[in-house]
Amino acid sequence: MVELVLFIIFGLAALFGAVTTVWARNPVYSALGLMLTLFSVAVFYVSNGAQFVAAVQVIVYAGAVMTLFLFVIMLVGVDRAEDRRENLPVQRPLALGLLVLFGAGVLVAGRFAWVTGAEGGRGAEGTVEALGSELFRRWVLPFELTALLLIIAAAGTVALGLFRRGEAEGGDEGEAGEGEEAP
Amino acid sequence: MTVTAGWYLALAAVLFVVGASGLLLRRNALVMFMSVEIMLNAANLSFVAAGRQLGVLDGQAAVFFVMVVAAAEVVVGLAIIVTVFRRRATASVDDLAGLKG
Repeated sequence: MVELVLFIIFGLAALFGAVTTVWARNPVYSALGLMLTLFSVAVFYVSNGAQFVAAVQVIVYAGAVMTLFLFVIMLVGVDRAEDRRENLPVQRPLALGLLVLFGAGVLVAGRFAWVTGAEGGRGAEGTVEALGSELFRRWVLPFELTALLLIIAAAGTVALGLFRRGEAEGGDEGEAGEGEEAP
Repeated sequence: MTVTAGWYLALAAVLFVVGASGLLLRRNALVMFMSVEIMLNAANLSFVAAGRQLGVLDGQAAVFFVMVVAAAEVVVGLAIIVTVFRRRATASVDDLAGLKG
């Protein structure tokens, strides 16, 4: 019962946030809508027993990534209005038609049983202990590869900031790259 | 009335479609990036919901890796947007026609 109420409230919040993200003219409103969606998805993680993933979602996404987005929005400038004229004549109707088709297809496909296998095996409480032992035993090699990936991303970001035509001061992207390494 | 995994999967599908519409219809590179984040979150939600139904932790492990890749992608992507903005003074992807033949 509690889960149903939570699902309805935060499902509507997530949809509202997503639609705001897509439709808002001001990118700052888009960022706030995205933040609402991220928090709602974190609530869904908790009600699905994924507590650690929910905490990571709030810290990494709603914290670090959204801060980064807001930084860049302020850097790029929020005052310039985006003109909404579409230069490709068929782009909008075609996109909307394909999206409706895709959504209907996914929802119809969801009617069939795609989640197969023995249900409710050994309980899936996503605590730090359980998920940690899973990550460091079965998925240890991909886990190490993510470290490599993060180093490459940070180094690439610093390089993008540094090696520009002539002047070489760039510091903001470099800080952004380091901020992402913490989680 | 219990909330089954199917409800979460349906919500994830709708969120994914909304995110895809943002990617297709908007031209501000930042908003397109945020739409990609919505789509990634929809996929994550379906991973977690399916993992709970099966009673395994593999879905949450997958979500963990998706989050890492998404964080790296956001950092590099925003750096590219800032770099492009410094050269062209625009964040609209329609103005970036430098490779047009």
